[in-house]
Amino acid sequence: MNDQTMTPEQRAANLKGMGSSRKRVEDVRFTQGKGNYVDDINLDGMLFGDFVRSPYAHARVTGIDAEEALKVPGVLAVITAKDLEPLGLHWMPTLAGDKQMVLADGKVLFQGQEVAFVVATDRYAAADGVEAVEVDYEELPVVVDPFKALEPDAPVLREDIRDRAEGAHGPVRHNNHIFTWEQGDKAATEAVLAEADIVAEEMVYYHRTHPCPLETCGCVASMDKVTGKLTLWGTFQAPHAVRTVASLISGIAEHNIRVISPDIGGGFGNKVGVYPGYVCSIVASIVTGKPVKWVEDRMENLMATAFARDYWMQGKIAATKDGKITGLWCHTTADHGGFDACADPTKFPAGFMNICTGSYDIPVAYLAVDGVYTNKAPGGVAYRCSFRVTEAAYFIERMIEVLAIKLGMDAAELRRINFIKADQFPYQSALGWEYDSGDYHTAWDKALKAVDYDGLRAEQVQRLEDFRAGKTRKLMGIGLTHFTEIVGAGPVKNCDILGLGMFDSCEIRIHPTGSAIARLGTISQGQGHATTFAQIIASEIGLPADDITLEEGDTDTAPYGLGTYGSRSTPVAGAATAMAARKIRAKAQMIAAYLLEVHDDDVEFDVDRFAVKGAPERFKTMKEIAFAAYNQAIPGIEPGLEAVSYYDPPNMTYPFGAYICVVDIDVDTGETEIRSFYALDDCGTRINPMIIEGQVHGGLTEALAIAMGQEIAYDEMGNVKTGTLMDFFLPTSWETPHYTTDHTTTPSPHHPIGAKGVGESPNVGGVPCFSNAVHDAFRPFGLTQSHMPHDHWRVWKTANRLGLHN
Amino acid sequence: MTKMHVKMTVNGEAAEGLAEPRTLLIHFLRETLKIKGPHIGCETTHCGACTVDLNGKSVKSCTVFVGQANGAEITTVEGLVNADGSLGVIQEMFREHHGLQCGFCTPGMITRAHRLLQENPMPTEEEVRFGMAGNLCRCTGYQNIVKAIMAAAETLNAQKEAAE
Ligand code: FES
Ligand code: FES
Repeated sequence: MNDQTMTPEQRAANLKGMGSSRKRVEDVRFTQGKGNYVDDINLDGMLFGDFVRSPYAHARVTGIDAEEALKVPGVLAVITAKDLEPLGLHWMPTLAGDKQMVLADGKVLFQGQEVAFVVATDRYAAADGVEAVEVDYEELPVVVDPFKALEPDAPVLREDIRDRAEGAHGPVRHNNHIFTWEQGDKAATEAVLAEADIVAEEMVYYHRTHPCPLETCGCVASMDKVTGKLTLWGTFQAPHAVRTVASLISGIAEHNIRVISPDIGGGFGNKVGVYPGYVCSIVASIVTGKPVKWVEDRMENLMATAFARDYWMQGKIAATKDGKITGLWCHTTADHGGFDACADPTKFPAGFMNICTGSYDIPVAYLAVDGVYTNKAPGGVAYRCSFRVTEAAYFIERMIEVLAIKLGMDAAELRRINFIKADQFPYQSALGWEYDSGDYHTAWDKALKAVDYDGLRAEQVQRLEDFRAGKTRKLMGIGLTHFTEIVGAGPVKNCDILGLGMFDSCEIRIHPTGSAIARLGTISQGQGHATTFAQIIASEIGLPADDITLEEGDTDTAPYGLGTYGSRSTPVAGAATAMAARKIRAKAQMIAAYLLEVHDDDVEFDVDRFAVKGAPERFKTMKEIAFAAYNQAIPGIEPGLEAVSYYDPPNMTYPFGAYICVVDIDVDTGETEIRSFYALDDCGTRINPMIIEGQVHGGLTEALAIAMGQEIAYDEMGNVKTGTLMDFFLPTSWETPHYTTDHTTTPSPHHPIGAKGVGESPNVGGVPCFSNAVHDAFRPFGLTQSHMPHDHWRVWKTANRLGLHN
Repeated sequence: MTKMHVKMTVNGEAAEGLAEPRTLLIHFLRETLKIKGPHIGCETTHCGACTVDLNGKSVKSCTVFVGQANGAEITTVEGLVNADGSLGVIQEMFREHHGLQCGFCTPGMITRAHRLLQENPMPTEEEVRFGMAGNLCRCTGYQNIVKAIMAAAETLNAQKEAAE
């Protein structure tokens, strides 16, 4: 077959462009162990760094004695805050406008805090050195409860900023208070609550957890003293931002810093922040003149780098007696740990928590969030979520259930009568967002039908009867969720991180023979960018995806971009990719017209070529055009075929979905069995269905973990009780259910290809779905709210409290 | 600390090196022998990223001292490619069925799957899920990993039959 005989459909299929379940190009390397992750980097003379960490959650550091450590064979240096102070590096700025100790400066604020950095010739010597460092601590009273932290006589945690009246986000009213963030109309909302037929009120707690990617955080810093150039390899979700921050805090000019994110073994938000290990490695490399590697172990990862959630959300929801919601009120107490290191856009200290009106048309709403210091690890990262959207979705989806109980209504019906209708988009929410597009009713009805919702409810009634008659000890729960996400940060006018606007970028170069290379400002951590972004280009310019190489993560070669988190790669960098490709196509059109000796307007794009309008047999393929761009002198057109685009999205995108799960709970063991899980996602235009489905499976499994057992728990003394994978729940293939995936497609009207992003939806929607299922099982016995995670012990206690063991 | 001389066969080739007796096999493989397929996800025997085949058994190489592997026959994911350098059946099926995302768990997964299919050439889905439960994945939710292993079993059995 040649170009003349193939149908346009066949030619399109050959491109493996958008909509194709193209196999991933990354996998050829990964499946044979040829990935290149940070810990795989080995440089000549490379040294290893390791931390001495605090065993106490709150203590004064009265002395550090490194003498014995320095005698350990292989140990070269022990760095403390005193050594960093002359360089101004003993503290560093956080992404949230606070500052954080790099190494303990007089005191420690959480268990596992970095106290000293030991540099040695290999990892074993470094560990020996850590053992030999003597640190004197003087214990201080510990505060792990954010409510107690705000009591008048609570100990002052941050003595460095004691008695300030103003923080990074406005006035503060207590030494342990970080900010108050208010959105919406307080007076109007309170008026609605006062007059409402029905008000349901509940405290919804979304516990502290951790993203725990399989690869921990790490870096290799290498300072070349001859060229003055610093190269930093690391597990960075945002390499360009790391370069800018590294330049600002170290004083090394930005062009002399090269940041490289090699292959990353999962991120999920853990690898957005800047951690003391990076700073110490850079300093150690500058001091020793040798490359220095630092890779945290799993315990350090769980204890010190990042946490997620930890939101106490007090809610009130008002409705008419027929169930029409009239107002929503929420006060959140946010536990930020010892430093405010949340990874949120600057103007959003509680992220996009104000998407908490969810999928519902709620006329008035009010949200206030108080940030609080405690003796816990800093972080507050978006664990597979877009800046607190998971918390918001969990809150509203629990409040809907609580309201349904109060109204005595079916929760599916309550959702349906309150959904924003398809003809209301673009929809202005009471808390300030403009939802781009959606068709919630269609998705919801499709989901209910797919699972035979009425049949399930009938079965549940029967089960309850059998339970009451003593014929079974298992209750059945049906979990419902309809979530709306907000992703793709974001318009530069209101989203920045440390003053860097959250645009993204793509540069495409077409080679003379019609293959291409594209470079982006983002970085894949398993999302398959090398595969999917090539598909966008393939469809936009008509060259096969297999002939397009994709590169990310090297700041010396990639255009500036803000990185990959908050499901922003497809909405922002994907748009930049399409726009750059369109610039190339526009030039290709002029070249084609010249070659075909017609006017520019007389040719049209046709899959992989430009053809003369009305005469499709007269055409030039994109391959021919690419060659001409480099070997023909075309009057008025510069040689070459390449383009770059920096894309500042006009709005965020709003993916949504309808999830339903069914569980069976053994009231005597507390064991919950996930019988089925149905997930319908609408992420707009679908670039690669295979990859979307994989993202949904993965996100749902993370949601299963969070809802059913995963937590970072502390005791009263501030000891981390879940510091290993023995205690920190990660589901295995054995516990993980089989998922059924489905979709509807409502493209984003403002995105060049209509795509919305999907990576985080299943985590956002999955957690409330699992949790609602557990609650639903106990609804007939009077349960309105029990806090996650719903592990066997807690579920057993719930059953016990409700008298089901009598 | 005095070092011991360690010898082993890795992926069919003789390998040796000096190591402190306390050195873990995973560190010896990755840092001394530069075999970087097996990864480190926990160093506490939970995640399985470091899984290798040692004398015909799956082991987590973060829980084996190098001395215990002296003289052993070891296979890592690198050793599972075909003689001509193309992907082996299990590797190919992981790619075909999208059984990996970030790829960090993948070497351990594939090495474990290789042994599982020797132990049980025709596993049910349930047996695959149970047999792989020592290997954690944070990205895929396992559904496509299970699919890939079932498909690999089928292909391998068909190949065996054709050869007989
Ligand atoms: S590194 Fe060996 S089991 Fe995790
Ligand atoms: S593919 Fe990332 S951990 Fe399995």
